[in-house]
Amino acid sequence: MPTIQTLYDAILNGNAKAAKEITQTSLAAGANPQALVDDTMIPAMNEVGRRYEANEYFVPELLIAARAMKASLELIRPLLSARGAEPVGRVVIGTVQGDLHDIGKNLVGAMLEGAGFEVIDLGVDVSPEKFMNAAKEKNATLIALSALLTTTMHSMKAVMEKLKESGMRDRVKVMIGGAPVTQKYADEIGADGYSSNANAAVALARKLVAA
Amino acid sequence: MHPLFNALLAQRPVITDGAWGTELQKLGLLPGEHPDFWNLSHPGRVGEVASRYVEAGSTVILTNTFRSNRIALGVHGRDVDVAALNAAGVSISRKAAAGRARVFASVGPSGKMLMSEEVTEAELEGAFAEQCMALAGAGADALLIETMSDLEEARIALRAARTTGLPVVVSMVFDSGREKDRTMMGSTPEQVAAALGEAGADAIGANCGLGIDGYIPVCARLRKATSLPLWIKPNAGMPEMAHGTITYRTTPEEFAAGSADLERAGADFIGGCCGTTPEFIRAVSAALHPAH
Repeated sequence: MPTIQTLYDAILNGNAKAAKEITQTSLAAGANPQALVDDTMIPAMNEVGRRYEANEYFVPELLIAARAMKASLELIRPLLSARGAEPVGRVVIGTVQGDLHDIGKNLVGAMLEGAGFEVIDLGVDVSPEKFMNAAKEKNATLIALSALLTTTMHSMKAVMEKLKESGMRDRVKVMIGGAPVTQKYADEIGADGYSSNANAAVALARKLVAA
Repeated sequence: MHPLFNALLAQRPVITDGAWGTELQKLGLLPGEHPDFWNLSHPGRVGEVASRYVEAGSTVILTNTFRSNRIALGVHGRDVDVAALNAAGVSISRKAAAGRARVFASVGPSGKMLMSEEVTEAELEGAFAEQCMALAGAGADALLIETMSDLEEARIALRAARTTGLPVVVSMVFDSGREKDRTMMGSTPEQVAAALGEAGADAIGANCGLGIDGYIPVCARLRKATSLPLWIKPNAGMPEMAHGTITYRTTPEEFAAGSADLERAGADFIGGCCGTTPEFIRAVSAALHPAH
């Protein structure tokens, strides 16, 4: 039977096929699914994040690691749900109204999934109303907004206003990101957090749902 | 060197243009409205932006076709004649140039990621080929593949562009990594220079990014790594929001001072990206070609 160390390596090296196979054999051999996540998979993703911060990994490595993590989680999640375990958090993510760019949003979504969040992706050009409704229906803990253009980042403010109007603001945290977005802008519109990249977005999301 | 570039670089550095989107907004383009569609609906106003750059001293101007490939147009691509949109962009810029500037037609990224399998290589190549053919057919002097963050996509676009026979510039964004000297996918200036040189680019470079200061060392490293002409178009720094209005902190004077550093670091074509205006180009032109 392969050792746990190899699942760690499979995720670190972004080998989705190996990650899935090792997860299958480990579960068949009676491994505790929650322990696999907590003791092996999340530490592997943390190491991926550390390497990204250290300039050893870049976006391609992040993406394949998140994909390996996801392949493994797909086997584990039903078992966890059956035991009544909840995801780390439920995130509604999307690119704001008027903006069709989705690379950054997809990256953040993949990394959040890899970190054990349930991700509800609303796609691009998403209206404030749609964000608000999805957060309400899915009982989301977090809304993640993306904008690539200086001309569309205004739509983030519209989402904040919609949430306030509908009385949803206190029930959900909001994080924002994208090329023109800054911490200062997050403060100005009253968002709960800003992240400059997909890796830091995971740490931020964890912090926000724990708060 | 391509004969066109040879001729242009007799007056090195060549002054290119600044941002178009923000200029179009001053003329009424709404936030979220697709700027390229104005080539068909408001050609006069697009021509006004091109003319402002020519008057400011640009001897190379671009076209309002950055997002006019079928994939980047997304859902809008279904209802529009892609070839006509691109051809209109070239003819607007040519008319504004009126022989005083060369027209380098802008080809931006698809907005989709190859490695996430959001798009295939064949789809990319098809979309870029369609756009480049239309731009070349309408009389562009050269093609500019710009704002690329994935070297692989840039190479596919370059391959499509080269089939037109026009000279091709390929410009990447360096804004990632600890030193902000890598592309989003992690490529260094040296790797970019080697790969694009081998793939047959006629000039290479860097645009957008995080402001002019960061591009001076990137330019110097590209200069060391290639003998091809270098194309550099930094943005005016990170945008800031103040009371609902977007501003860029870099002033035209600071940008012009930085452009002199870029020229010393080996840049052959110099202009600006997001946040720069005809005022920036006028200042750069005055700094680099004081006799004009």
